[in-house]
Amino acid sequence: MKPAPFMSAVRQALNEAWSKGGGLVLPLAFFFGVGMLVPFGVGMRADVLTQVSSGVVWIALVISSFVTLERLYQADLEDGVLELRIQETQPLAEYALAKTLAHWLVSGLPIALVSPLLGIMLQMPVEILPLASLCYGLGSLGFFSWGGFGAALSASVRRGGLLIALIILPLYVPTVLFGVLTLATFGTDQMIVNFTFLLATTIFALAICPFATSFALRMTAD
Amino acid sequence: MTDEVLISATNVGMIRGARKLFAGIDLRVSSGELLVLRGANGSGKTTLLRILAGLTAPMVGNVELRSTHHWIGHLNGLKPFETVESHLKLWGRTWGGGSARAFSEFGLESYGSVSVGLLSAGQKRQLALARLLLVHRDIWLLDEPFASLDHKARQILSMLIEEHREKGGCVVIAMHERLEVQPTSEVTL
Repeated sequence: MKPAPFMSAVRQALNEAWSKGGGLVLPLAFFFGVGMLVPFGVGMRADVLTQVSSGVVWIALVISSFVTLERLYQADLEDGVLELRIQETQPLAEYALAKTLAHWLVSGLPIALVSPLLGIMLQMPVEILPLASLCYGLGSLGFFSWGGFGAALSASVRRGGLLIALIILPLYVPTVLFGVLTLATFGTDQMIVNFTFLLATTIFALAICPFATSFALRMTAD
Repeated sequence: MTDEVLISATNVGMIRGARKLFAGIDLRVSSGELLVLRGANGSGKTTLLRILAGLTAPMVGNVELRSTHHWIGHLNGLKPFETVESHLKLWGRTWGGGSARAFSEFGLESYGSVSVGLLSAGQKRQLALARLLLVHRDIWLLDEPFASLDHKARQILSMLIEEHREKGGCVVIAMHERLEVQPTSEVTL
């Protein structure tokens, strides 16, 4: 049998997310909960809601990305799995990437897929919903990459959830910025440019975060 | 079987907080050898073992492992949602090894579908130790491996350690009790 450390790490992370009772449901509930509060805050006028809708969904996405981050590496640290993974012969960054992808598959992708529903509730123009969904999917991949880094840094801190938020919120800025711009410039030439930048921020996060995360994990486990 | 050196450590020293844990530790462990690290609680047995495993960087000194190793730490590395069977299958897949013997040696097959959360402390330890049998790795680093094991499991583990040494592997154990098997050397911290 050939060693398959990457796939086994993905599978273990997926199982863990599923087993925690509502690994899928909790981020989704947060996403809708935050989104549904907005009409109460800004009023029910359709034109106002249309104007803020794409930004609101981004904020809802940011908040729901925090829900599952705290335990991402903390559980591995507590049960000794992290020690085992650190000592593997293949790079630890591979493990960090596996965790990020599994986390995104369970929390980020489902949110991106149902985001049109929240979009419709917030009077987002129907024609931009598919593009919006794609942007949220890409954006959440970037969020979970940075989030993994924050989770690794604070894994040994009790109740590190708030610390994670403090560390990674500034790192979310480029993604949110180009994400909002892409949707705001829908149908113009600028849209392609903004979308390319959104794609670039995601690729950058995916490329750099596994390495940063692996350094943080070694420090945490020491 | 040759006297190939598998672990060599030179002048290893460690400080924790403001306290010197140990200094000037020189180790050479060759194939077929069993090294036992002894010492009172807090003397640094686990820390030295973690340094050998590469989990902790030593303050001074060098450590070299010339082959792959298995690690059984103080934590068992089990997830509460796993079953006995899925745990061994997962690590079997990770390392590319079969798990038939890992199942049978400690008699784990009788509760293969039981989830880890329902196992006793001793059973969890046995499951963690069963990982040693998934793939052959020359070096075994074991931290208090006999903790919470019953008499029968202790005998099985002693037998496995002997067998591993005969195959040319080496074992480093951090523990404070006496051992059923005879160590080649001891280091007291």
